[in-house]
Amino acid sequence: MAVSRDNLLAWIEALQQVYSENKEYLTKLDSAIGDADHGINMNRGFTAVKAELEKNPPDNISNALKTVAMTLIKTVGGASGPLYGTFFLRASTAVTGKETLEPADVVALFETGFSGIIQRGKAEVGDKTMVDAWTPAIAAMNEALTNGATIQEILNKGTGAAEEGMKNTIPLQARKGRASYLGERSIGHQDPGATSTYLMLKQVAELWS
Amino acid sequence: MKKLINSVDDVVRESLAGLAAAHADLVRVEYDPEVVIRADAPVQGKVGIVSGGGSGHEPMHGGFVGVGMLDAACPGDVFTSPTPDQMEVATKAVDGGAGVLHIVKNYTGDVMNFEMAAEMAQAEGVNVEAVVIDDDVAVQDSLWTAGRRGVGATVLAEKICGAAAERGDDLKTVADLCRKVNANARSMGMALTSCTVPAAGKPTFEIGDDEMEIGIGIHGEPGRERMAIKSAHEIVNMMAEAIVTDLPFSSGDNVIAMVNGMGGTPLIELYLVYNELNEFLKDKGITIARKLVGNYITSLDMAGCSITLLKADDELLQLWDAPVHTPALRWGE
Repeated sequence: MAVSRDNLLAWIEALQQVYSENKEYLTKLDSAIGDADHGINMNRGFTAVKAELEKNPPDNISNALKTVAMTLIKTVGGASGPLYGTFFLRASTAVTGKETLEPADVVALFETGFSGIIQRGKAEVGDKTMVDAWTPAIAAMNEALTNGATIQEILNKGTGAAEEGMKNTIPLQARKGRASYLGERSIGHQDPGATSTYLMLKQVAELWS
Repeated sequence: MKKLINSVDDVVRESLAGLAAAHADLVRVEYDPEVVIRADAPVQGKVGIVSGGGSGHEPMHGGFVGVGMLDAACPGDVFTSPTPDQMEVATKAVDGGAGVLHIVKNYTGDVMNFEMAAEMAQAEGVNVEAVVIDDDVAVQDSLWTAGRRGVGATVLAEKICGAAAERGDDLKTVADLCRKVNANARSMGMALTSCTVPAAGKPTFEIGDDEMEIGIGIHGEPGRERMAIKSAHEIVNMMAEAIVTDLPFSSGDNVIAMVNGMGGTPLIELYLVYNELNEFLKDKGITIARKLVGNYITSLDMAGCSITLLKADDELLQLWDAPVHTPALRWGE
């Protein structure tokens, strides 16, 4: 398949459901090592995104991503607002002018968005942040693309790697974000940001097949 | 959870409406997006001062908007950074042509959101400088963390920078003063109980009846150590020692001291703490030149306190004494 504007909107709309269902789970993870608001914030953000997309339907993929970005920046707050906001803003620039997305475009969307997260948050692999889920996911997507995989295979590989990266945050000691203040006490807890990233990728892999 | 609220979703907005109704002579509140603005802003030719952060720390920051302190405050959701669109609206609303200073507490979310807001405002021609406050000595391994948290020194910086802007200092001078306050101030907090975020509905952390958390953050983030509760004398000595050795403060120094309640501790205990602090500093030859005792940077309903010391020269003391008229801090003509 090639990804259309409607496929993209279906993913974003589904994320509202995903973060609504996982609101308490993400908040519980965050209360262990952060400030107990990640699920609440993500749910608020994607609920606003859904409303905005219904009110002002975007005419193409790039504009849809831009709407998602601006709405998240305005409504999420915390660190995840600027991080996910920057992700979608950069992702929109990677697919400017495209009516549909081929495998290489899909990887470019995620890779470009991810580079925005790195620039904004300045975290590295091993800091116990969402970067620990994104980094292996983007690498796995690129490897699958090089091997000539379909969009579904690419996203499945990416999601699998993100899940592993997310689980790998459990033994890590946080070095960025509020969790870093816990020092050794952050060890043994799964990072909420890495978890919301995994949920985002899992949803796209389920839909774009 | 027992709280005096109507609905968890309306806590911040309805509290702001109360602030606006109670202090219409000092501030006005805009709701879309939410911003507390000095009643007569923008003041032409004066540097504008904007701060902000999650709600739940009242009176900070909305209670410090007014003459001689902040020109605007951006309240986020409870314990959640405000968003760049709020900060941009605030920045433009208070720009009197002399530029705007952002006073930012060092939390990952606040720093990132204020960075985006500064980029947005600068793109529209407003001159913006940002100073990050990071005075919490409880964070020891600051190279391997997000750095020290911004806590009590924020209140002192907002007062002093507000006075400097009011007397006509330019943006660079006010920003440099803010950095000077941050460089010379140190804080530490402790908690006896957790706080309860309204939307979460239950205490942020568990703590035994016989325990306390030394070095607590203002969102209930853990500090240096969980330990058995001790006497106020021992607790204050532990906190003050950590603060004094960190800067370090030394014999002969004049300080502005703040004994701050976390929201759930009565004044009778805060004055008892002040008495211990005064004795401790006297023994070290450090003089408390000015002081604040009360609830200034709180953590919802947490019981506990924090201590902030600022080494103050004549200039800082003069700016401290300058008139201030805000909902939470008022003196002078």
